[in-house]
Amino acid sequence: MAKIRGSIVVNIEKCKGCEVCMVTCPTGTIAMAKEVNGKGYNYAFPANPDLCIGCANCAMVCPDGVITVYKTKI
Amino acid sequence: MVEFSGIKEIIKPENLVYKKTNIMTENTLSYCPGCGHGTAHRIIAEIIGEEGLQSEAIGVSPVGCSVFMYNYIDIDWQEAAHGRAPAVATAIKRLLPGKFVFTYQGDGDLAAIGTAETIHACNRGENILIIFINNGIYGMTGGQMAPTTLPGMKSSTSPYGRDVKTMGFPLKITDIVATLPGSYYVTRQSVHTAANVKKTKKAIRKAVQYQKLNKGTCLVEIVSNCPSGWKMTPVQSNKWMEENMFPYYPLGDLKTPEELPTK
Amino acid sequence: MVMEKELRLMKGNEAVAEAAIRAGVDGYFGYPITPQTEIIEYLMEANPSKTTGMVVLQAESEIAAINMVYGGAACGKKVMTSSSSPGISLKQEGITYIAGAELPCLIVNVVRGGPGLGTIQPAQSDYFQATKGGGHGDYHLIVLAPASVQEMADFVDLSFELAFKYRNPVMMLSDGAIGQMMEKVYLSPQKERSKIVPDWATTGKPATRERNIITSLDLDPDRQEMFNRKLVAKYNEIREKEVRFEEFQCEDAEYLLVAYGTSARVCQKSVQIAREQGIKVGLLRPITLFPFPTKRISNLAAKVKGMLSVEMSAGQMVEDVLLSVNGKVPVYHFGRMGGIVTTPEEVVESLKSKLIGG
Ligand SMILES: Cc1ncc(C[n+]2csc(CCOP(=O)(O)OP(=O)(O)O)c2C)c(N)n1
Ligand code: SF4
Ligand code: SF4
Ligand code: SF4
Repeated sequence: MAKIRGSIVVNIEKCKGCEVCMVTCPTGTIAMAKEVNGKGYNYAFPANPDLCIGCANCAMVCPDGVITVYKTKI
Repeated sequence: MVEFSGIKEIIKPENLVYKKTNIMTENTLSYCPGCGHGTAHRIIAEIIGEEGLQSEAIGVSPVGCSVFMYNYIDIDWQEAAHGRAPAVATAIKRLLPGKFVFTYQGDGDLAAIGTAETIHACNRGENILIIFINNGIYGMTGGQMAPTTLPGMKSSTSPYGRDVKTMGFPLKITDIVATLPGSYYVTRQSVHTAANVKKTKKAIRKAVQYQKLNKGTCLVEIVSNCPSGWKMTPVQSNKWMEENMFPYYPLGDLKTPEELPTK
Repeated sequence: MVMEKELRLMKGNEAVAEAAIRAGVDGYFGYPITPQTEIIEYLMEANPSKTTGMVVLQAESEIAAINMVYGGAACGKKVMTSSSSPGISLKQEGITYIAGAELPCLIVNVVRGGPGLGTIQPAQSDYFQATKGGGHGDYHLIVLAPASVQEMADFVDLSFELAFKYRNPVMMLSDGAIGQMMEKVYLSPQKERSKIVPDWATTGKPATRERNIITSLDLDPDRQEMFNRKLVAKYNEIREKEVRFEEFQCEDAEYLLVAYGTSARVCQKSVQIAREQGIKVGLLRPITLFPFPTKRISNLAAKVKGMLSVEMSAGQMVEDVLLSVNGKVPVYHFGRMGGIVTTPEEVVESLKSKLIGG
């Protein structure tokens, strides 16, 4: 059975660390970094990239539009 | 651009499912972290892109946190005085009837100082789209009470909570607009979850179609958060919104025309 | 449809409305108020949407009307509104935004007496408001003061010419007397509505240009100051190039009356009466109140013994006359208020008692 795999790219310099994407992600892919970006925000990043299913929920709720989503069947 | 990405093999152009629309400019949004204004902007920009409206659209930005909306969406813009956007949009649409004309207004702008302009534009059935961001507070000026502030809700000008006996009741202006014969499609949505984003996008797309058909005023209210004004984290604010704002401002259509004829 | 140049007997207010149609105005937005309501009534009756395509809309308030003017002007269209004093006060917010966004438009003020609800009778007590700002911030309107029904018609076209030339709002400062008075007026032939789209207009962004943004906001102090300086330069250019006035028997005058609009009509008669009594009086009638004919009045101050500013107000334009004269000769004010039109005899009496003595 083909499995759906996704992957996200976060433009971390524009991320404001609001965590909205993290709580929206159905698979627990996203976590907030301990480090901060140039603006001082703990940015979001795919901490568990293997879990991502490419549903784009995170990107849809990100107010700053910093997430790009890819998806494929493998 | 500094990026942090997941699995490299998947990140290929042919696998792209979601990318910020290029109708949004590269300017960094001036909003607080987690503020719904940004999401609402992006949805509007996506519709403008997908419907091929970039050369047709004229937006009217309000006075409020979104005053600089013209820096973020790559279309022609007019910045209106506080509350006057529906009057400004009225003239634009009357003089350029073929264009797609919309306003974007906060609750202070639309439901306090601009009440008359809102009601009368809708009552005349001006063929415009009004996007109404209801966050229950004056964001830009630092969290004062808005006409939409909930009973008991604290703000910098209702520090002991809104006392409806002296401060009046939260105004459901969208419900009023829905009763006017001039309004055609009136709905209340939100943008805090992916499912709600999809619904809001669908609502705005419908409004675009109705405007093309000269149907009258469409108003899409977006119940939104103001983490800074509410003094909460963004995630808390969205939860608080669901628990407190939605019961008073229930989501859903308030006025729907018959479904669009299929092409 | 070609309307020829035509002679008609009309009220000043009607003349403005008819001239607006003939000037190819794209939109009129107004709200009823005496003594100028005939403007919107005439336009509604004429129904130019069927002929020239001109939009005529009765707004819910003067505030809405002026903001409609903002929206239409920002599309590069020829748009206008009209009102009378209390309504013009309501419009001030919109007017300063229009000035701040550098938009062309015409605002007609058929002045009535104030303050407050005042009276519906004519007055000239909105001079300060019209020429010194009215709304907040450093700005000026170009202010034209018609003194006849003919000028109420003619100044519509002139207003738009100036408004577009300088990207600046223009006010036609009339009064209830001229607005209501019937006179013969030559109406210009119908002009086509302009198809020219100014490059700054918001009409939808084609792929070939950057987006146009009409705003009066800039939070960067340096850029805002630069913009303020740009406005100052524009106003100075207007002061240099656009001063308009009319002189009446000034050549040998020993005393000068300065009056605009209805008062100027009265003063023409006063000049006649005074001259019959052997007093050499002349009249200077400013046609533009901003820019004010400062230089000419200053020059005349070197020739006359004194000046009397005649206005139906407590004395407003007199301050500009005083500044122009700069102490060279005595300057006084005379005028009736409360909606009373000054009589020519009163002016002569005032001239004698204030300037000549006895
Ligand atoms: C005439 C006028 N009055 C008051 C203000 C100050 N002011 C700016 S924004 C604002 C309220 C904005 O609140 P809202 O419309 O709810 O938008 P938000 O900032 O929450 O998005 C006020 C009162 C103004 N700019 N102009
Ligand atoms: S695409 Fe879906 S699964 Fe992947 S990170 Fe975003 S929300 Fe989570
Ligand atoms: S939603 Fe966007 S801005 Fe907020 S933390 Fe996630 S990526 Fe960053
Ligand atoms: S103050 Fe409130 S509405 Fe304004 S940007 Fe911040 S969170 Fe958003």
